[in-house]
Amino acid sequence: MSLTLFNVVLAVIIAISFVGLNAAYLVWCERKGAGLFQRRPGPMENGPWGLLQPPVDGVKLMTKQLLIPGGVDKAIFMVAPVLAMFPALISFVTIPFSENIVAHPIDVGVLMIFAFAALGGMSLLVAGWGSRNKYSMISSVRAVSQTVAYEIPLMITTITVVMISGSLNLGDIVQTQLGGFWHWNIWPLQKQVGFNLLMPFSFLILFVCSVAETNRAPFDLGEAESELVAGFHTEYSSMGFGLFFMGEYANIVIGACLTVILFLGGWACPVGDLGFFPFTHHVGWFLLKIYLIIFVFIWIRWTFPRTTIYGLLNLSWKYLIPISLFNLLLTAGLLKVF
Amino acid sequence: MGGYFTELFTGAKSLLDGMWVTLKEFPRRPVTLNYPHESVKMYPRFRGHIELIGNQEGKSNCIVCSMCQRACPSGCISLAGVKPEGEKKKVLTKYILDFTTCSLCGSCVESCNFNALRFSNEYNLASTRKEDFIMDLLKRLEEQNQ
Repeated sequence: MSLTLFNVVLAVIIAISFVGLNAAYLVWCERKGAGLFQRRPGPMENGPWGLLQPPVDGVKLMTKQLLIPGGVDKAIFMVAPVLAMFPALISFVTIPFSENIVAHPIDVGVLMIFAFAALGGMSLLVAGWGSRNKYSMISSVRAVSQTVAYEIPLMITTITVVMISGSLNLGDIVQTQLGGFWHWNIWPLQKQVGFNLLMPFSFLILFVCSVAETNRAPFDLGEAESELVAGFHTEYSSMGFGLFFMGEYANIVIGACLTVILFLGGWACPVGDLGFFPFTHHVGWFLLKIYLIIFVFIWIRWTFPRTTIYGLLNLSWKYLIPISLFNLLLTAGLLKVF
Repeated sequence: MGGYFTELFTGAKSLLDGMWVTLKEFPRRPVTLNYPHESVKMYPRFRGHIELIGNQEGKSNCIVCSMCQRACPSGCISLAGVKPEGEKKKVLTKYILDFTTCSLCGSCVESCNFNALRFSNEYNLASTRKEDFIMDLLKRLEEQNQ
């Protein structure tokens, strides 16, 4: 891929519009899904099936006053929402939508995504600190302890996959899973994963961690509205709040992309390569897989009530971390043997 | 240590059970009503404010005996009538219900011996002006006849 200026600008425009469109329309999907799971129609006033709701919401948010409460740390207060949106945007640079469609294949792509995910946790801390609000502070402390607790099993599980494929490049990780769904990393009985029977469990661990990483229900302790008003974004109005919201949904897409790339074969077609029909082609399969994962995210959110903070930390420190550590050792041993 | 794994598996199973419950509801039709566009049909025995019963000619059965007025504990009914030349019964000319003080006790409906009063099915009553609840029931009967 030649790096002419035109290509760069085009890539940036496509990336930003993909993120923006996803962030806007995932809100619609979320509300529609919530409605259907609860036997309601969901949004349906603006446009057919309420499809014009996101632009209308966007206009509403943008025309509202951006209120800065008295006594806040102004610079930090203003930086936090940008810090929430921008790492999610950056992470899309290295995500391969197909063999050729990737903005910039970085050799340490996995590492980069985790680095920027950690920056997302930072934005919550900064928002809580800058707001000068007890509830925001409590919420951000919770959110950060949660992020730290869940990043560990997430990374350990990812190291397992990286050991299997021998590369930190997301494109290479997918390359080792091509050629039919039985080659995907989630299946235990194949030579490349060393016949490790715990592979489906490590997929589950990764999935649970990516739900927790994105601060979504049932792990949305950070914005527990029954106790903390709205958590870290209590004091944010207008587009400040809008950016937090878009950042959250962009993070959901990143989480789904990561799950699909590491365990579900990325852009690989489940039955070999059908190639000819657009929908069965690489990008189509990748998008189909990530939206299936996102559907499960929404499904989980509208099924389970919020956990408690100690239940959340217990799950991570008592179950996910020991199991993923054991799995890491087991995979390393099995890869040596086979 | 035994409890560790049983807790893990029973927990996971109960989560899956919960997800199966919501998934079954997902494809079904909504049970809610799209309120401003459609509303519930009120049951025939619903006790809304009172209204006059029209006979076959669309006139009221009322003979202005004033029993309802006397039965009303809050004094919210006021009515008047005239006796036309050569008729035996009085004819109703005015029937005003002050719904702001009515408690829907139904004493007026019970006291009516001429089948002239009943409860309406009206339940969508909302206004910012007090005068909207001082109702001319004779006018309402005329509107119903049209």
